[in-house]
Amino acid sequence: MLEKAFEGGKSYWAWLMFLGALALIGVYYYIQQFQFGLGLTGLHRDVSWGLYIGQFTFLVGVAASAVMLVIPYYLHDFKKFGKIVILGEFLAISAVTMCILFIFVDMGQPMRIMNVVLHPTLNSVMFWDSVVLSGYLAINLLVGWVTLSADRKGVPPPKWIKFFIYLSIPWAVSIHTVTAFLYAGLPARHFWLSAVMAARFLASAFAAGPALLIILGLIVRKVTKFDPGKEPIQAVGKIVTYAMFANVFLLGLEFFTAFYSGIPGHAQPFKYLYVGLEGHTELVPLMWTSTILAVLALVLLVFPQLRKKEGLLAFACVSLFISLWIDKGFGLIIGGFVPNPFEEVHPYWPTMPEALITLGVWAIGFLVLSMLYKIAVSVRERMAGIEIEH
Amino acid sequence: MSLDRRQFLKIAGISSILGFGASVASATHTIWEKGLEPPQIEPNKDGLIAKRWAMVVDMSKFKTDEDIKMVTNACHQTHNVPDFRNPDGTVDEKFEIKWIWQEPYERTFPGAENQFMSEHIKGMPFLVFCNHCDNPPCVRVCPTKATFKLSNGVTMQDEHRCIGCRFCMAACPYGSRSFNWTDPRKAINAATENKAYPTRTKGVVEKCTFCTERLQFGKMPACVEAAPKGAMFFGDIEDPNSEVRKIVSSQLTIRRKPELGTGPAVYYVIGGSDHA
Repeated sequence: MLEKAFEGGKSYWAWLMFLGALALIGVYYYIQQFQFGLGLTGLHRDVSWGLYIGQFTFLVGVAASAVMLVIPYYLHDFKKFGKIVILGEFLAISAVTMCILFIFVDMGQPMRIMNVVLHPTLNSVMFWDSVVLSGYLAINLLVGWVTLSADRKGVPPPKWIKFFIYLSIPWAVSIHTVTAFLYAGLPARHFWLSAVMAARFLASAFAAGPALLIILGLIVRKVTKFDPGKEPIQAVGKIVTYAMFANVFLLGLEFFTAFYSGIPGHAQPFKYLYVGLEGHTELVPLMWTSTILAVLALVLLVFPQLRKKEGLLAFACVSLFISLWIDKGFGLIIGGFVPNPFEEVHPYWPTMPEALITLGVWAIGFLVLSMLYKIAVSVRERMAGIEIEH
Repeated sequence: MSLDRRQFLKIAGISSILGFGASVASATHTIWEKGLEPPQIEPNKDGLIAKRWAMVVDMSKFKTDEDIKMVTNACHQTHNVPDFRNPDGTVDEKFEIKWIWQEPYERTFPGAENQFMSEHIKGMPFLVFCNHCDNPPCVRVCPTKATFKLSNGVTMQDEHRCIGCRFCMAACPYGSRSFNWTDPRKAINAATENKAYPTRTKGVVEKCTFCTERLQFGKMPACVEAAPKGAMFFGDIEDPNSEVRKIVSSQLTIRRKPELGTGPAVYYVIGGSDHA
């Protein structure tokens, strides 16, 4: 099946070349960072994680969101997702690949990465995160490949794969829960020390991931002969709507606790992000952009007559995706570090090399995604609408 | 294995420089029996030992800014802590590495200040450094055991094992940890470099070690030696006759963020006293 990824028209190759060029730029700057050290980024001793770890966190969510297609299709026998569930699984593979790359580029001593395996440390959440993420990657590779191969041959997939499909459901929840625990268990980071952290991570993931899937589904329909179908896309739209409301509700809970309790340490990060603290307002425009886009997306999503127009649905999904990307891929990390343990404000902003390395990792992720989708679409096009019972 | 204990310790001692290289220790069963020992070499007979090292700092004994600088410089010189400077001579905060430094009262003990407190106390400088916690969050989160507890209470750091993930920096409630954002050797003066102590590489985290390498040779920590008389005490808090124990059990001392359950081993005397 792999050969399908290398059979494409001019525009397919042009797209791959474009992503490849972005990836190469990223690699060039990564080599610079490797030689100079992480000082090439905007990070410093007070904000010691930034854009890279933010992207990692956000993309773990995108990866986990495949479960939002797997549950309806395999547990509730919702047949309409039959054609697109593979798109979710392949998106998960690409997202986990990016997660691993973002961790790698964030490491001070990347050549020592095997130390995590050589000295397994059960009390470290990061150890568990590496275990669940690599497991999730393996499960999705296996499930995606086996089911698609069966489709191609026009036969139902082997029975044993069901075990791994069911396993992927709690496993998806685990990757984002463990990722939330990286933050939620640290004693002096008020912004992260919240019991709803994992729940909110899952809610925002189940909004952002499926929103991206809708966008991808519409693109696939436009550029290939494979149509994911109107109804499945509308069904995913409903999932996005519910998840986004849950996310906004959980964010509201954070605000209530921080401000009604009146404990300064809890309120300070929120103040820094949304109104500025001690004269520092660096992140305020960004956080309000996120807020406005979230409101806009919710208005478009909550009314069925608006959501049913695919153009508006796509617009809502793009708004929502950008909103959550700002909130989780950036604000969430910085809010944990500002103010610092001395209650001082030391702002952070990514540097150009840091941004280009980040872009390069995204390009590699989309390169993987494009090739996997090419394979999936080729199989689907050949089947030309024949439904296969899984 | 036909090595006897003595031979093994010799080899281990050569291959690990002054406690940097705890990985060697994992080859011996003694860790499971006794916990890690500071040097993986035969203990020096003159070495200082304790059940639980602790520090008492009395800032009222520091009369001038110079007194404080003596202490921070002594530490940073001893441990080859790089000194990154901007072209105009000010400290380059982007790359700054700090083992011990000063912060005003209200920054050292956030939430413990009040509106009517004397400006003198509010702005009073306090020396801050690693608290060598009983229950250190940095050790809990480290994915490779590159930061670990010694049986004498010191929180140590193995810069040869550290992968530079900086989880410990996010976990430390005291901002005590610094990361080498670039090669630190660029900012170490070759003329004043302490050849007896290793320099570090880029991409690893470092911090105060309670001068574990000096204790092994019977010397007090560099900061304590450089401090004015009666300003800093270092000793075994488990020993009822130690100075640190006498101060902590006889007068009011405060610790940074004790409510977090970390159990800091650095005690501050507020307002000064005639004791000791």
